[in-house]
Order: sequence, then structure tokens, then C-alpha cells
Amino acid sequence: MSIVNSTYVKSIQEIQEEIVSEFEIYDDWMDKYNYLIELSRDLPVIDSRLKIKENLISGCQSRVWLNAEYQEGTIRFTADSDAIITKGIVSLLIRVLSNHTPDEIINADLTFIDQIGLRQNLSPTRSNGLLSMIRQMKLYALAYKTKFGVK
Amino acid sequence: MSFDINAIRKDFPVLQRQVYNRPLVYLDNGATTQKPLPVINCVNDYHVLKNSSIHRGIHFLSEQATEDYENARKTVQQFIHAAHPHEIIFTPGTTASINGVAFSFGEKYVNEGDEIIVTEMEHHANIVPWQMLCERKKALLRVIPFSDSGLLRTEELDSLITPRTRLIAVIHVSNTLGTLNPVEEIIRKAHAFNIPVLVDGAQSIQHIPIDVQKMDCDFFVFSGHKVYGPTGTGVLYGKEKWLEELPPFQGGGDMVDIVTFAKTTYNVLPFKFEAGTPNYIGAIALAEALRYVSSLGLDSIADHEHQLLEYGSEKLNKLGFITLYGTARPKSSIISFLVNGVHPYDAGMVMDKMGIAVRTGTHCAQPVMQHYGIGGTIRASLALYNTAGEIDAFIEAVKKVKTMFG
Repeated sequence: MSIVNSTYVKSIQEIQEEIVSEFEIYDDWMDKYNYLIELSRDLPVIDSRLKIKENLISGCQSRVWLNAEYQEGTIRFTADSDAIITKGIVSLLIRVLSNHTPDEIINADLTFIDQIGLRQNLSPTRSNGLLSMIRQMKLYALAYKTKFGVK
Repeated sequence: MSFDINAIRKDFPVLQRQVYNRPLVYLDNGATTQKPLPVINCVNDYHVLKNSSIHRGIHFLSEQATEDYENARKTVQQFIHAAHPHEIIFTPGTTASINGVAFSFGEKYVNEGDEIIVTEMEHHANIVPWQMLCERKKALLRVIPFSDSGLLRTEELDSLITPRTRLIAVIHVSNTLGTLNPVEEIIRKAHAFNIPVLVDGAQSIQHIPIDVQKMDCDFFVFSGHKVYGPTGTGVLYGKEKWLEELPPFQGGGDMVDIVTFAKTTYNVLPFKFEAGTPNYIGAIALAEALRYVSSLGLDSIADHEHQLLEYGSEKLNKLGFITLYGTARPKSSIISFLVNGVHPYDAGMVMDKMGIAVRTGTHCAQPVMQHYGIGGTIRASLALYNTAGEIDAFIEAVKKVKTMFG
């Protein structure tokens, strides 16, 4: 794959590898969490008018709001969470999946979560809404794919 | 036996563990308590050498298991000072006990327009079964409120009790606020109108000496796993007169006298309420747990835990960036709080990585959260094996949370 111009978009796999290497330098949990706190600030924040019940992915403990917009064949996600670590993980998910085509999102295998040691955050019992969030992101992709018939 | 905390801790193998390369500080005892060696060994021995179903067999092992099971019933009877062993019904836990009473009592005594009273600080297990009953029977649920400090406003009872009140269900020690509720006063007021009272002892049985006769409650329920016994064990205590009158809540083997297709007559107490093969190994090991607690003495345990509670609460308060929920006294073994400006989930995640096990969230008591208008709290809950050193480690973790998120 060659870099054609400045609008070159990294593939989902490339972004995942990038994240894994960023996390490799942290062997301490607190450093990892501090980095997630830092990343939480990079989250493309959902328009406050869209922080409504319909966009709420309800976990038991931390809440996540998610919005998706379809623009020229790709989907752009925005989100927010009331817990900062959750927000950090959400910002990673968006970094990986946002600005990709519905097909790429539907077929994405999110291996980075396991590789950076955050798998426990995706167990359904943690009830932080992240698992539902991934499901919701893929559902948006499926819906847009159906609606616009994009490949 | 004197209260030698170092010796006691050796009885609980899991406490020697490390998590994330740090010593485990287990402060989630309100959810479940760890098990001492006598309980672990009892469960193991039973599976290795003694297993046999009770009450039916004519052979050696079955008779021995039956005897151990019935002796376990007597141990529970003595532990809570019930008048008779047949007032002790073994169940899978507090939730099952309450659901059983809500069903049986409801079937017999609750009709359309009748009322059940609970409190604003109940665990969901002491709300939902009553709500289900109310829905079934078109009855109404009434609620005793609590003040912001966590005290039940029992004076409200005078207006809440009506001629339609059929039962009052109240939590003994709040699993969220730690408040030790004045159940004796509530029972006295209720009995003046011949209204029975169910006391949820899930958070008191492990901390406070219980005398159901002195308390004069009509039902007392608790879980085995919160008093150092195995999971899946529990007790429903009911006064003999109630248990005689109530219909069984489950049908099956062992709870019957004569079965024909025309009609079945039920077995006597306590068997009427123990359909099917019970968790006899669990019940026998629960008795072992109660003997362990008795050998240390509940008064000594309560003293030790109370010192830790006050030590921990004061240290938290001194940090200056903490809000405590449940400041009323008397209280027992539970510290519910928020680090100001920090989501409890974030706090719990960081504390976990420091080896501190706490619980975060609503603690199955959403109405308590609604009272304060918050989404959840961090809860540190104490047991007999906790130490001042562990409280110090816990405080350090709270400070770390503040520096990371505050």
C-alpha cells in the first residue's frame, strides 16, 4: 500500500498495530491507566444535543453515549462517557473504527483490546457498556450498508 | 479464645494471595466473605468420604449425613437463639428465603388492596419479591423513608401502618449505608397491630449477635456465604405458628406425607418447606462456619470490626475530598463513599490494580442511590479478618485515585 497523498487513511489493522506499540512501553497498570486518561481527552466528543437516551449504551456502572454519521462512504463516530477510563477505551475504539467503510467496520477483528491487556473490560459482567458499544458500532455499519447499499 | 488477628488470618488461605503482584486487601465482604479452613475441609471431607443423600437411605452413610444435617439445623437454631430446630428452614440464600415468604405468605394472607411495608434502604432482594406479590394480588407497596444521614424515619410508621397492612419487611443492617436499623422498635409497633415483621439479616448475621426470640421478629433470613459459609446456603427462620400456617412455596420430594393423584398431604415442619434434595453438604459446612464464628465470639468480632470501621471512616474524612454515604450511628462494617469528582468505576478500576478489592455501583439498592441523586458509590465492607494495616493500604489507594483523576 502506498501513501498517495495527505488524506491517506490507515487501515483498521494498521491503527490497531499502532495502538499496541504505544502501549508496549507501559508494563505498569497505573501507567496504562494514566495513558488512557490522556487518551480520553482525544475522544471526538458527541454533540451535547445528541447525549440523549436513544444514544445511551447503558452498562450497569459507566454510561456511554454514541453517535454515528455517514459521510461519503465512511462512518464517523462521536461518543462520550461519564467514567474517564471508559472514555479512554472508547476513544481507542473510535480511533480504530471511525472513518472506515461499513464493510471494514463490520469485518473488523478488534485484536488490540486483548493485546494491550484490556480484555477484562469487555467481559459482559464488567457492565461498563463497552461490549455493547462495539456491537452498536457494528450495527450502525450494517444499517448504513443496508441503507446506502455500499460495498 | 483471644482475638489474635494474625492467627485468624492463617485460617483463611485466600488472604495469603497476591493479585497484580500486590498483597490482596479484601474489602468486599458485604458481597461475600472468605472461607476458613474448617469450612473448606468440611466441604472437602464430605465429598471425599461422607457423601450420601439424606432422609431417605437406610444405609450407614445416609444415616450419618442425615444426622449431620439435622445437627446443622440445631447449630443454626442455637446461633440465632430460635425456640425450636424446626423453625429453621434451609434455603439457597437470603433471596430464596424472602421469595419463599413473599409467595407463601402472599398466597395465604394478601388480597387486593392490602399493603406491604418495606424501607427506602432495602436491597433489591427485599423489594422485588414484594412488588411481584403486590402485582399478583393487586396489593400496594408502602415505603419507610430514611434521612440523609441514613437513619430510618420510623416515626413515619405510625401513618404508614393502616388496617390493610399485612406485613413489614426491613433490612437489619443496610448493605449500602451500614446503618443498624432499630428493628425491635419497628417490631413492637407492628405487633401492636398484629402485623408480622420479616428481618433481612444478610448483613447483620456476620457482625452482630442475633437473638430472634428477644428481637421477636416473625421471620429472619440470611445467607450462609456472608457468614463465612459456602455459597448456595441460606436460612429462613420463622416462628412456629407462622410456618405451621403457611403453605409450602415449593412442591417435590421430602416435603410430602401422602401423595395420591387426588390429593397430597404435606410433611411436618421443617420438611414441609424443604422440597427436593437440599444442599446438605452446604448446610453442614454452614454449621461449621457458625461454630468458627462462635469460637471467636461475635462480641469480639463486633468490637474488632467497629474499631476498623471508625478508624477507616475517620481517615477517609480527614482526606478532605471524600463524601461518605451513611454517617448515622449505630452502623456496622460498611463504608460507602465517593471520591469527589471521580466516577466510582474509575476509582474501583485503579484500586483493583493496587490489590484492593472493593465494590462499586448501586449495590443492588438503586432506591438508595436515587435518594442521594447519585449513580453509585464505592463500598468497602469489613470482616473479622481485616486489619488496620489493610485500612492504611486502602487509604493510600484512595489517595492515588484522587491524584490520577481529581
